[in-house]
Amino acid sequence: MEFAELIKTPRADNVVLHCPFHLAVEGTLCLTGHHLIFSSRRQDNAEELWLLHSNIDSIEKRFVGSLGTIIIKCKDLRIIQLDIPGMEECLNIASSIEALSTLDSVTLMYPFFYRPMFEVLEDGWSSFLLEQEFELLSSVSNEWRLSCVNKEFSVCPSYPPVVIVPKSIDDEALRKVALFRQGGRFPVLSYYHKKNGMAMLRSSQPLTGTNGRRCKEDEKLINATLRSGRRGFVIDTRPLTVAQQARAKGGGFEQEVHYPQWRRIHKYIERFNILQESFIKLVEACNDQSHNMDRWLSKLEASNWLTHIKELLTAACLAAQCIDRESASVLVHGSEGTDSTLQVTSLAQIILDPRCRTIRGFEALVVREWLQAGHPFQQRCAQSAYSNSKQKWEAPVFLLFLECVWQIHRQFPCSFEFNEQFLIMLFEHAYASQFGTFLGNNENERAKLKLPQKTMSLWSWVNRPEELSRFQNPLYEANSLVIWPSVAPQSLQLWEGVFLRWNRPSKFLEEAEVERINIIKYNKELQAKVNALRRQLAEMEADEGVQEE
Amino acid sequence: QVEQVKLLDRFSTSNKSLMGTLYLTATHLLFIDSSQRETWILHHHIAAVEKLPLTTSGCPLVIQCKNFRIVHFVVPRERDCHDIYNSLLQLSRTAKYEELYAFSYNPKQNESEQVKGWQLIDLAEEYKRMGVPNDYWQLSDANRDYKICETYPRELYVPRTASKPIIVGSSKFRSKGRFPVLSYYHKNKEAAICRCSQPLSGFSARCLEDEHMLQAISKANPSNRYMYVMDTRPKLNAMANRAAGKGYENEDNYSNIRFQFVGIENIHVMRSSLQKLLEVSGTRGLSVNDFLSGLENSGWLRHIKAVLDAAVFLAKAIAVESASVLVHCSDGWDRTSQVCSLGALLLDSYYRTIKGFMVLIEKDWISFGHKFSDRCCQLDGDPKEISPVFTQFLESVWNLTEQFPQAFEYNEAFLLQIHEHVHSCQFGNFLGNCQKEREELKLKEKTYSLWPFLLADQKKYQNPLYNPDFSPELTLLEPNTVSFNFKFWRNMYHQFDRSMHPRQSMFNLIMNTSEQNKQLEEDIKELEAKIKQRNGQSDVVLEKKQELTTHHPAPVALKSPSCFQKEPPPMPANDAVRTIEGSNTADNRYSELVSEFSKAEPAVVSLEYGVARMTC
Repeated sequence: MEFAELIKTPRADNVVLHCPFHLAVEGTLCLTGHHLIFSSRRQDNAEELWLLHSNIDSIEKRFVGSLGTIIIKCKDLRIIQLDIPGMEECLNIASSIEALSTLDSVTLMYPFFYRPMFEVLEDGWSSFLLEQEFELLSSVSNEWRLSCVNKEFSVCPSYPPVVIVPKSIDDEALRKVALFRQGGRFPVLSYYHKKNGMAMLRSSQPLTGTNGRRCKEDEKLINATLRSGRRGFVIDTRPLTVAQQARAKGGGFEQEVHYPQWRRIHKYIERFNILQESFIKLVEACNDQSHNMDRWLSKLEASNWLTHIKELLTAACLAAQCIDRESASVLVHGSEGTDSTLQVTSLAQIILDPRCRTIRGFEALVVREWLQAGHPFQQRCAQSAYSNSKQKWEAPVFLLFLECVWQIHRQFPCSFEFNEQFLIMLFEHAYASQFGTFLGNNENERAKLKLPQKTMSLWSWVNRPEELSRFQNPLYEANSLVIWPSVAPQSLQLWEGVFLRWNRPSKFLEEAEVERINIIKYNKELQAKVNALRRQLAEMEADEGVQEE
Repeated sequence: QVEQVKLLDRFSTSNKSLMGTLYLTATHLLFIDSSQRETWILHHHIAAVEKLPLTTSGCPLVIQCKNFRIVHFVVPRERDCHDIYNSLLQLSRTAKYEELYAFSYNPKQNESEQVKGWQLIDLAEEYKRMGVPNDYWQLSDANRDYKICETYPRELYVPRTASKPIIVGSSKFRSKGRFPVLSYYHKNKEAAICRCSQPLSGFSARCLEDEHMLQAISKANPSNRYMYVMDTRPKLNAMANRAAGKGYENEDNYSNIRFQFVGIENIHVMRSSLQKLLEVSGTRGLSVNDFLSGLENSGWLRHIKAVLDAAVFLAKAIAVESASVLVHCSDGWDRTSQVCSLGALLLDSYYRTIKGFMVLIEKDWISFGHKFSDRCCQLDGDPKEISPVFTQFLESVWNLTEQFPQAFEYNEAFLLQIHEHVHSCQFGNFLGNCQKEREELKLKEKTYSLWPFLLADQKKYQNPLYNPDFSPELTLLEPNTVSFNFKFWRNMYHQFDRSMHPRQSMFNLIMNTSEQNKQLEEDIKELEAKIKQRNGQSDVVLEKKQELTTHHPAPVALKSPSCFQKEPPPMPANDAVRTIEGSNTADNRYSELVSEFSKAEPAVVSLEYGVARMTC
C-alpha cells in the first residue's frame, strides 16, 4: 500500500488538541491513509476527531523548544491546532499530513476506499437521470427531444451523453452548432416554464471571431424556442467590453444582424481568481475577532463578497423576469458556460420552479445544472479559503450559488423543504467527501473513473429517511408561486452558518431553533388530537341520534 | 383635503405610485389610496417636511418621520402643496405641552382606570424587589421637594451612612446637583449600580462631602471595598470639561476607587451619526459596498457596540467582582441612563420580562430625568438637543434579543412600539424632561399611561420562544460583543419599507402557531369535557358528579382594548404587517405574498432590474 510510505509517524501520544468551542484535550493522534484520527482515550466520554485528509486546506507548523504545534486549516473553514511533543515526530506528522492531503491521483481519494456502513435503499447514481426529466417535460410539451449525439462525449466533452434540444433540430445540425460554440457547448434546454411555455437555454459563447462568423444552424436552434413574432433575450454574463475582446481570441457574442429576434443583455458576474480572492478576504475578516467595528465593516466591504451575491441574485432575477414576466425565452451564457452561466440558470429555477425548492428537486437541480452540465468541481473546489497556492482555476462558484439559495431561503423561510444544514452539507461535500458525487470535472471524466461502480453516491446516503430528517425544514409548506427575493443591500446578510460557524458559539441560536421546531411539532400534535376528539364527539352525537330515534 | 395625490414608492426606480386622497385632521395626516387602504401619520411623528422643485406631474412633498418612515407625495397643484406644507409645518411644531396629542387623546377609560393605569408601575415596589431599603441603603427624603436636584425624582436611595449634609455637599459639587444615588441593587452580590453627573473638579477642586459620599457607597458593599467609577465619556471630552470647571474624579482624592473611561460619544456625535446612517439607507439603488462603507462612516454600529461594551463592563464588575459601580457622564442623563439600564438588564432577568422592561424604563430613563422632550423634539425647541440616545438603548436591547432568542419575554414589536410612542406624544409617560416638570403638567390627571395599553395587548409583544428558565433570576447574561455580532436593524430603520422585508416572516409564523397552540389546548379541554359529559349522560350513576365538572368556561375571549380600536390605530401599516389574527396559519401566511404578486408589477423586481433598464 502506497499510503504507508507517506506516513512517517503513524501515531503520536500526549498530543493536545484545540478545537473551536472545545477545551483543549490530551490524547493520541493516529494517521491513516485517509484520516487524521484523534482520541482522548478517556473511558468516560472519549472525545474523538476524525478528519478527512482531503478536508485539509493548509497546514502551518510552529515550534517552541521541542514542543511542536501544527495548525490545520480545513476546507470547511474550521481551524484546529495540535500540540505535539517532540520536534521530529511533529515534523514527520506535518509532512505526512501535507502529502496525504494533496494526493495527485483521484483514484487514491477516499471515496474509492470508503465502504458504507449503511444499507443502500436507492442508488443515488441513478436517482436523477435526464430521461426522467424528459418524461416530465414530454407530458407538457412536445417541442423537445432527447438527443444522444454526445453519447461518446465526442461532440462536447463537458456535456452529458444525453441532452434535451428542440425537436426540429437534428443531430447533424447539433454537430455543426457544437463547432460554433466554445468547447462544443451548443445551446441545450435548461428549464422549461410550464406556466407559459417559455424556455431557458444555456450554452457557451459563439465563436464569431473578429470577422463575424455566423452559423445558420445555431440561429435556427435558438430561434426554434421562440413563439412566432416574439422575442427572446440573450443574457451574457460578461460586460460588453469583455465580450468584444473575446472576439480577438475567436470567441464573441450573438450579433443583432444575425439574431434579429434576440435582445442581448450584458449582466456582469465576477469569476475565477477574483471570486477566490474575495472568498479568502472574507474568511480572513471573519476569523479575526479583534477587529473593531470600523475595521470589520471595511474588511467586509473590501472582500466584495456580498456584492457578488447581489450581482448574482440580480442576474438570476433578471433571467426569471424575462421568462415569467416578459414571456420570453432566454439563452444564458458567458465564455465557457460552466460557471456563471450555471449559477444564473440554476438560481433562476429556484425562483421560478417550486419543485426546485423541495429536497429531491434541489438534488435534481444540482445534478442537472451542475454535475451533468459540466461544472468542473474538481478544479474549482480543489482548495478553499486557506490555500496558499495561487492556481487560477479554483473559485467558490458553487458556494456562491449555495449562499444565494440561502439568501432566498431567508426571505422565504417557509417555501423550502430543506433547511440551512442541507446547504452547508452540500458545501462540505463539494470540497471534501467520502462520496464520489463531486469527484471529476464532468460526466466524461466520471465515466472514465467508473465512479458509479467504484464509489458511493452522496444521494444514496442523503436520501435515507434517517438522514433526510436532519435536513427537513419544519416550516415548509409548498408554495407554488414564483418567489422574487429582495436584493437591496439591507436585505442581504452574511451567511453566518458558514462564515461565522467556527468563530462564535451558536448554542443559544440552536436551542432557539429547536424550540421553533417544537412549537411547530406541538401544533401538529394538537391539531391531530383536536380532530380525533371532534370525530369522537361527532360519532357519539350520531350514536345518540340513533338511540333517540 | 386634496384629491388626486400620488404616493410614490421610496425605493422604486420605475415611478410606481398610488393615487389617492390626502386629508389633514387635527392630529393626523391621512392618505387613502384608490383601493381604500389608509396610511395614518401622526403630526407629532413628523420630523421634517420638504418641498421639492416642481415636476411635470406635480409638486413633490417629502415627509420624514421620527419613526423612520419616509413618504413621498406628489400633489398636482402647487398651491395645494404649499398649503399642506405650511399646515404640516405648523401642526408638527408644537410650542406648548398642553397642545400635544396626549392632552386631547381620549381612550375611553374612566377615571379610576386612568389612575390605576398610572399606578401600574410602582418604583417603590421595584426598589423593594431589589432588596432596598436594607442594612446599608435607605430612602432619603432630601429631595422630597426637588430642593437639591430638580431633575431627580423625589424618592432617592442612598447609603445609610450618607447624612444629609454629605448629600447636600456632594450635590453642590456635581453638575446640575445630580449627586450619586442608587440605580440598581444586586441582592446576591450586595453590590450597587449608582449614578450621578460629573464632579465640578476643574483642575484641582476637591469636595470632602463628595469624597465621603463615594466612600459611603463603597462601604455599603460588604463584599468588596473597592468600587469602580465609570466615566462613560471619551477621556478627551472629560479632560476638556475640566477647563469649564467640571471634569472627573481624581483617584488620589478618593479612597478605594478604580477610575475607568469607556468612551461613548456625546449626543451631538450620535445625532449626526444617525443622520448619516439614514442618508445611506435611504439611497435609491444602493450598492452593497456603498451601504457597507456608509454604515462604517456613519459610525452607528460602533456607537452601539461602545454602549453595549460599557454595559458588559459594568455588569461584570458587579457579577464577577461583586464591586459597586458609580456611573456618570456629563449631566448623567444620557449615556449614564444607557449604561445603567443595560447593565441592569444583563444582571437581572426581571428586566427581560415585559413588565420588568417597563419598570426599567420608568426607573432609569423617566424618573432619573432623561430629557425625552428635548431629545425627541416633542416641542419646537433647540435642534441641537435632539439625539437618538433612547433609540440606541432599544437597539442595544434588540441586539441582545438576537443573541439570546430565548432570554426575553418581549419581542421586537414591543421595542418598536415603545420607540413609536416615545415620539408619538400620545401618552403622558415620555412627555417633559423630568419628574418635576411632569408633576407641574399634571400628566397623571390629564393624560394616560402607555403601559396598561401595552400590557393589555401583550399577546402581540410576547416572544414565542421565551423560556423563563433560560437564566435563573440573577445570573449574568454575557453577550458576545465581537464586531460581527452587530447588525443593521432593518426592522427599525426600514420598518415601513415593506419590499425590503422577508416575504414570509418566520417570526409571525411561529407567533401565530404558538398562539394557535394555546387555542388548541383550550379546544382540547373543551372537547374532552364534552365527551366526558356525554359519557356521563350515558352513565346514569356518574351523571350528577359529571355535571359539575363539565361546567367548563368558554375559551377566554381576548379582550381588545377599545381605545386602540376606536382611535386611529397608532401605526396602521405596521399593524398590517404584524397581523396575528386568523387561526389558520396556512391561510394567513401567504395573504401578504399573494397581494404582492397580484400587483401589476412586483415591487422587488422593478426595484433593481426594471424593464426600462433592461431594454436600454
